[in-house]
Amino acid sequence: MTKIEILVIGRHPEILQTVIRLVNNNPEWNATGCDSDEEAIATFTRRPFRLVLLGGGVEKESEDKLCNTFRSINPQITIVQHYGGGSGLLSAEIYEALDGRTSL
Amino acid sequence: MAQTVLHKAETRGHANHGWLNSYHTFSFANYYNPERMHFGALRVLNDDTVDPGMGFGKHPHDNMEIISIPLEGDLEHKDSMNNVAVIKNGDIQVMSAGTGVFHSEYNKDREQRVKFLQIWVFPDKKNVEPRYDQITLNADDRHNKLQQILSPNPDDAGVWIHQNAWFHLGKFDKGVSTEYNLKAKGNGVYIFNLSGDIKIDNQLLNTRDGYGIWDTDKFTITAETDAEFLLMEVPMLS
Repeated sequence: MTKIEILVIGRHPEILQTVIRLVNNNPEWNATGCDSDEEAIATFTRRPFRLVLLGGGVEKESEDKLCNTFRSINPQITIVQHYGGGSGLLSAEIYEALDGRTSL
Repeated sequence: MAQTVLHKAETRGHANHGWLNSYHTFSFANYYNPERMHFGALRVLNDDTVDPGMGFGKHPHDNMEIISIPLEGDLEHKDSMNNVAVIKNGDIQVMSAGTGVFHSEYNKDREQRVKFLQIWVFPDKKNVEPRYDQITLNADDRHNKLQQILSPNPDDAGVWIHQNAWFHLGKFDKGVSTEYNLKAKGNGVYIFNLSGDIKIDNQLLNTRDGYGIWDTDKFTITAETDAEFLLMEVPMLS
């Protein structure tokens, strides 16, 4: 089974790890976490992703830079804000994004 | 003309984890319903019962305004900002998760269960400095009138959050009626009926029913029986 690849970007290392663990609880999803813009852009350039989650601590300037860069590489990419920090909102956020109901 | 949405109590999501019995008005954890994602900035309304001696272990949050209202029993809170507190029936607790916090919540009592409302509101700004507060409310201040328990303003009654939101509690005797005037244009109000029967304009709400109303400046609340209810005015977002 090909898993849906999800890139998660967040500044708080422990919260980032929690989000990755919770995403990976779904056997159909595979999360990769990055805590810096440089690492996120390098990772996105190397591998195909279906969805990007922008987590806590990502400043507006970084958000704009990341969105522009990701969309220049893959215009179809879905990028959403993850609220709550690895919380009960995560699964619904991903389902909504994958169904095209939300995007930044 | 006012727009409305009715969420009957029995249509809520339900998860019984043994130690935790939770009813979700909006999609949460394993309950996912695309038609029940949020009401404006109101994202989570969980109606939780925690068994004696049990609770939520240390877990993170970020970028969310989290409000807890105990309805029965005491809940111990510990967080990464070094706050250790017990919230009990009559209190309201607020936490701005902002850039990130860890916390735990336990029912330390060995005999009595805890019932509380867990309410999450999207913040109006991201990555704020985390903060925690709790206050004790005077129950007399909501007898047959609306008691403001939350606002956007630190100097106003109740706790405050990073959002243009106002919450009120009411405990009305049968037959008492009042008008609620919305505070901000573009806001809506979600009414959660805690007990008894109330009418919002002509819509009857039974215990634990929820009702959203927006595109209006005001509405009337009438207690059809002795009743307690929570009004949550929030921006409707786009």
